[in-house]
Amino acid sequence: MKKFNLSLSALLLALFLLSPSALLASGKALRVAIIAPSAQNDLAFTQSIVDGINAIKKDRDIELAITDGTFVVEDAAAAIRDYAKKGYDLVIAHGSQYGGSLKEIAPDFPDTAFAWGTSADTFGLPNVSSYEAASDQGGYVMGVMAAAMSKKGGVGVIGPIEVGDAKLYVDGFVMGAKAQNPKIRAKVNYIGSFSDVALAAEAARAHMAAGADVLTGTAQMVVGAIGAARAKRVAWFGTQANQTELAPEIVVASQVYKWEVILKKIIADMDNGVKGGKMYDINLANNGIVIEFNDAYKLDPAVKEAGMKAIAGIKDGSIVTSHK
Amino acid sequence: MSDSFAVMIIVATIASGIRLATPFLLASLGEALGQRSGVLNLGVDGVMLLGAFGAYYTVLQSNNLYYGLLVGIAIGLLIGVFYAFITLNLQAEQGVSGIGIYLFGLGMSDLLFQKFVGTPRPILPFMPLDIPVLSGLPVVGEMLFQHSIIVYIAFGLVPVMSFVLYRTTYGLNIRAIGENPEAADSLGVSVMATRYSAIIIGNGLAGLAGAALAIELGIFQQNLTNAMGFIAIALVYFGAWSPKGVMIGSLVFGLVQAIVLQCKTFGVIPRSASDLAAMAPAIITILALVVVAKRFKQPSALTKPYVRGG
Amino acid sequence: MTALLISFFSYRFHVKTTKTKSFIGLIIPLCAVLLALAIGAIMLLSLGANPISGYATMFGAAFGSVEGFSETAVKSIPLLLVGVGICIAFRANVINIGGEGQMVMGALLATAIALAFPDIPSLLLIPMVLLAGAVGGAFWGAIAGALKAYFNVSEILSTIMLNIVAVQFMNFLLRGPMIDPAEIARGTGIPQTMRLTENADLPILIEGMRMHLGVVVALFVAVAAYILLWRTAMGFRLRSVGYNPHASRYAGISVPKNVTSALAFSGAMAGIAGAILVFGSESHRMVTDGGSTGFTGSAGFNGIVVALLAGLHPLWSIPSALLFGGMLVGANALQRAAQVPSALIIALNGLIVVFVVSSEYFKQRTLQAGRVEQEEDDDE
Repeated sequence: MKKFNLSLSALLLALFLLSPSALLASGKALRVAIIAPSAQNDLAFTQSIVDGINAIKKDRDIELAITDGTFVVEDAAAAIRDYAKKGYDLVIAHGSQYGGSLKEIAPDFPDTAFAWGTSADTFGLPNVSSYEAASDQGGYVMGVMAAAMSKKGGVGVIGPIEVGDAKLYVDGFVMGAKAQNPKIRAKVNYIGSFSDVALAAEAARAHMAAGADVLTGTAQMVVGAIGAARAKRVAWFGTQANQTELAPEIVVASQVYKWEVILKKIIADMDNGVKGGKMYDINLANNGIVIEFNDAYKLDPAVKEAGMKAIAGIKDGSIVTSHK
Repeated sequence: MSDSFAVMIIVATIASGIRLATPFLLASLGEALGQRSGVLNLGVDGVMLLGAFGAYYTVLQSNNLYYGLLVGIAIGLLIGVFYAFITLNLQAEQGVSGIGIYLFGLGMSDLLFQKFVGTPRPILPFMPLDIPVLSGLPVVGEMLFQHSIIVYIAFGLVPVMSFVLYRTTYGLNIRAIGENPEAADSLGVSVMATRYSAIIIGNGLAGLAGAALAIELGIFQQNLTNAMGFIAIALVYFGAWSPKGVMIGSLVFGLVQAIVLQCKTFGVIPRSASDLAAMAPAIITILALVVVAKRFKQPSALTKPYVRGG
Repeated sequence: MTALLISFFSYRFHVKTTKTKSFIGLIIPLCAVLLALAIGAIMLLSLGANPISGYATMFGAAFGSVEGFSETAVKSIPLLLVGVGICIAFRANVINIGGEGQMVMGALLATAIALAFPDIPSLLLIPMVLLAGAVGGAFWGAIAGALKAYFNVSEILSTIMLNIVAVQFMNFLLRGPMIDPAEIARGTGIPQTMRLTENADLPILIEGMRMHLGVVVALFVAVAAYILLWRTAMGFRLRSVGYNPHASRYAGISVPKNVTSALAFSGAMAGIAGAILVFGSESHRMVTDGGSTGFTGSAGFNGIVVALLAGLHPLWSIPSALLFGGMLVGANALQRAAQVPSALIIALNGLIVVFVVSSEYFKQRTLQAGRVEQEEDDDE
């Protein structure tokens, strides 16, 4: 057995030395690991962080490892620990449910920089950064536009369960809609699941039956709602990623997360020897949140105008959207 | 709230419940058929997932929804042949092999999606097919006769299956071997062939259920069914193994889901209690069964492999 | 509902007595596993990964070092506990698909106790939270048991439905009454409890590794379940109700009572698993991602497979759980090392289950051909 092990490790070592990745690793590449709950090309939450790192890759030599689809929280914890142990420079725990584990793991690896989100807590640890999206801001802008374009005076929102990033976005949307038109019927439906696509589709239909002619929603099960809205040609506002591809006829605009804005700061700090302790957020003002319009959608210029005004107002502080 | 608006909302809610019930109905009709012949299949959800991916991918490539449905059925039939072989010829324990099929379907459908599609791409679902004349009727027209073709297929299968089970020799054979395979065998009924056919058709329906789901939603993603297959199995027990009972079970579950959704939409249920409200379909299904279950008796030979002279 | 019957009894039990028997008993399932792994190798190849180094990575991560084994042992705890619970239920002829919900309910009650009494010393608090887990799970199992025993509601239906109810109850509690007050203060609203008291942390057994007291608890429970089933009057009653309810009734054994207690026992084991998942976790708190899998890792389902591959024997469930725990640990390591989607391993696990359970047939055939007398049941 021992002999077998030896020859195997020799073989593996030889393979390792010959492989191109070994050459890269010997350079100055920054080693970054991402642990995320859904698939890396989900057109939503997980893809946003992967896109963020890839955007930085252009100017920086980065060796990226991704462990996606990790919805089991303990598996994510094991992955965080393993990447830290393997000497990755920056370990990104991309899921608010991972924070509790990270709080316990990070102190064991003082030389590793950790980042986690979306959250606003570094646990007072010097090697943990937290990041958050002010999704209420994008939500507000969308709400303003939705209320401005609704002919029936009703807008509908589909949410998973009322927590975290989803709650921020939904509250912002409703606030924006009411600000634009105090009489608007803004109805919210938390369906009780992040994964029930069929139920999300029916929630969209329920909104439409109740007189909503503009819809939005957040989390990965909304693909079902988008499909239902598309069948009735009812306008849709997207969030977390550009959802135009999912329904080019009805997506008016999407709130897109540009995590590279804060990832750059985190990496710059690391270059200066600071491994964490800071809280970051992306928002409209720092261009970490961008409203991307679907050019193919014929949007009333007055509606777009109202949206642009909301963006400007949030940027200059004359409109305050959140609890903060 | 005006009366006509209230009527409209009720109509929309019932229509929504019918749509939600459809995949459950297709899958549980298939499961009921298998169980009637004495074979339990806990792998329904896995078959649905593979059927769903197969249908989705076919439509993505061919742009033909009917090809998608056919591929979904075909995948179900194939798995049915395999499942029949291991449970009938190899007499594998049915509960555990079903869970094996479930795990395989769960992993494989996700893997295939990642390898061949990757990022979610939408397909266009069936447009509602209005039944001439009937769809024009006030109230019931919109409620019952403006659905996609899949809904009609599913509900149309209920009388068909009732007829086959209770009015044909084949149906009699299925029920007989589910109750007493030895006796049926001694009368010259081939237990093997009958069970094979019941399992294969049953899995075909599960594949169709998955295909219907993916096509109606116009998308596929990891674990699209969200354990619907297990609920479908539960509804077979609710429906006491009869096609009509299974239909009632599916409708109860789907309608309660739809009513809860509608109540949430109108704020009748406060947001702080939205999770509690989401329990309603499960709880009501159990309670409904408490009232009626006393007289149910399941097929006696269920899960028992049949060995001639054994 | 007489005939859920024998299904799980007719499952062929582990054969021993002669050396030939145990040799064949091992070699045929092993071949089945190898066949499944061979198909897995083809799948790995098609994904552009080297199957040999892939499997080496998996095996190395799961069993190749003390540390790896420690991870595997921890991963196996819920599988073993749920599996042992399944052994008890199936022996009494009830099918428990409600492991997921029972784990969640056990964990919730245990967490509530830890939140309510943070200052009780470890020596007392740890047994308390484990007991709370057992009570929470037992309660949830007993509901399904009573529904079957007294209302003729199939436990397959009720356990599946109760899983849905438990998940929503967890979401409700973690979002509302039990949420970390800091989450409200910050406005981030992550649905999780606060870091639970350190007094309830399960002690680590090997310094610097994950292996904790939960491993000992799980082994203890497995042995206790074995004793319960074969060395106590209660176990005799449970098994006789499972084996022949009519005869049991004539013998004066209450079928409804024993059906209920079988599901209660089964739920209790799952509940303990839930509690251990909380107090042995990295985060030492309970958190939800909206479903049960994020918390349980599907142990409520996988435990059924563990039990059935162990021939419904609590002690054989130990190696069976280690095998599946090792697969899961290895799969995660493989995903990190070669960026192979973990979906592959879920599919592969399914294949292994199907092949192994099918291989029983060949095992029986071979044994019969060797004219070795077969034994029915009582495979102590």
